[in-house]
Amino acid sequence: MSWMKSLFVREYQLANRVGGGALIGVLFFLAVVTIFPFGVGPDMILLSRIGAAILWIGALLSTLLGLDRLFQADREDGSLELLVMSGRSLELVVLIKCAAHWAATGLPLVLATPVLSLFVGLDFQSIVLVTLTLLVGAPALTLVGAVGAGVTVSMRRGGVLLSILVIPLAIPILIFGVSAATAGAIDSNNFLVPFLFLCALTLFGLVVGPLAAAAALRVSGD
Amino acid sequence: MTLYDLANPTRFLKLVKAVLPWLIVATVAALAVGLYFAFLVAPEDYQQGQTVRIMFVHVPAAQLALMCYAMMALSSIGSLVWKHPLADVSAKASAPIGAAFTFLALFSGAVWGKPMWGTFWVWDARLTSFLVLLIMYLGIIALWKAIEDPIKAAKVNAIITLVGVINVIIIKFSVEWWNTLHQPPSIIRADGPAIHSSILIPLGLMALAFVLLFVTLHLMSMRNEIMRRRIRAMRMRAASVAPAASSSTVTKAAPAGAR
Repeated sequence: MSWMKSLFVREYQLANRVGGGALIGVLFFLAVVTIFPFGVGPDMILLSRIGAAILWIGALLSTLLGLDRLFQADREDGSLELLVMSGRSLELVVLIKCAAHWAATGLPLVLATPVLSLFVGLDFQSIVLVTLTLLVGAPALTLVGAVGAGVTVSMRRGGVLLSILVIPLAIPILIFGVSAATAGAIDSNNFLVPFLFLCALTLFGLVVGPLAAAAALRVSGD
Repeated sequence: MTLYDLANPTRFLKLVKAVLPWLIVATVAALAVGLYFAFLVAPEDYQQGQTVRIMFVHVPAAQLALMCYAMMALSSIGSLVWKHPLADVSAKASAPIGAAFTFLALFSGAVWGKPMWGTFWVWDARLTSFLVLLIMYLGIIALWKAIEDPIKAAKVNAIITLVGVINVIIIKFSVEWWNTLHQPPSIIRADGPAIHSSILIPLGLMALAFVLLFVTLHLMSMRNEIMRRRIRAMRMRAASVAPAASSSTVTKAAPAGAR
C-alpha cells in the first residue's frame, strides 16, 4: 500500500510543479471559454443555451493539452522503464498515475467550472449540473486519454497525433455529459438517464484505460 | 493446408500469386454485372428518380467500411495474441482501404443527400459516426506512419484499433440517443427486407462485387507491404555492411575484425 501512496504523491507533486502545474490548464480553460463569445457574439441567451457545451469542450481541450506529459516525462528521464520493470502491476501503476494526474490537472478544471459558468450566463441549477457532470465525466477523459498517451509515448512530437486519436474516444463522453447537463437544466427528469450513462462510461474507462495504456507502455518499452 | 502454413510469408505470397488473377477476373465480372443491373436494369424510384442509383454504390461502400474495421480488429487480435507478422501486415493493409471506402460512403451519401434532403450534410447520428470512423481510420494510418519500427507500430496500432472497436459500438448505439434523419435499417430486418426484389438483387450483386474488390485490394496491399518490408530489411543489411567496407578502404590500418 505504501508504494501506491508514495507513487501517487510523487506523480501529484511532479504534475503540480513541472510546466506551470495545475494553473496552466485552468488558464487554458479560461482562454477557451473567453474566445467563444468572440466567435458567436455576446448574446447572453444564446451563450446560456450552449454554455454547458462550451464548458465541456473547454475541459476536453484542456485535458488533451496536458495528456502528453502523462508518460512522456517519465520516459525521457528513464523512470518509466523502472516502473515497467518494478514487478508491480503496470495496470495499477497507470491507474495511480491517472488518478494523480487528474487530481493535479482535472480537479482544478472542475473547481474552476462554477466561476467560468458565470461568463456564459448559466443559472444556478445549470451551474450545479455542469459541475457535477464534469466531476463525474472528466476522469473518463483522462482515462481514455491515457490510452492515447501510452500509444504515442515513444514519439518525439506526438501531441497532435495523441489528440486526433483521443478525440474519437472522447465523443461518447461528450455526448452524454453535455446532454445530461443541458437536459437536466430544462427538465430534471431527463437528467438521470444520460448521467447514468456518463457514470457507466467513467467506470468503463476505469477498466479499459489502464489495461490498454499498460499494454501500450509494455510495447514501447522493449 | 492449415492456417499456420499460410502464416509463412513466402507461402502466402505464392498463394496470392496463384489466386490473384482469378480474383481480379471475378471482381471485374461482378462489378460489370452489378453496375449493368444497377444502372440499366433496376427501375427508377417513383420518389427519388435516378438518384436511387447512388444507393448501389453507397450501401456496399458503407458495409465495406465497417467490414474493413472488423478485418483490422481481427488482425489486431492476431498480432497481439499470436504476435504474427502476417497479421500485422493484414492490419496495416486494411487501414487505407477502409478509409477509402468510408470516404466513398460519406461522399456518395452527401451527393445523394443534396437532392433528397436538400443538404450535403446533417449531423445525423449515423453520418456522424461514419465521420468519426473516418477520423479513426486516418488517425490509425498516421500512427502507422509515425512509428518507424514495424513490429512496435503493429502492436501499438492493434491496441488503439481494439479500443476503437469498443468505441465504434458505443457510438453506434448512440444512434438511438439522437433524433435520427437517416432511414432505419431496411435490408436486415426480422420480417424480411423492406426493399422490392428489383432493387434488392442489383444491390446484392454490387455488395458481392465490393466484397470481391476488397479481398483483391487487401491481398495486393498485403503483398506490397511484405515486399516493402523485405526491401527495408535488405537496405538495413546493406547499410550495416557498407560502412565497414568504406572504412577499410579509407583507413587500411584498422583491424578487420573490429566489426
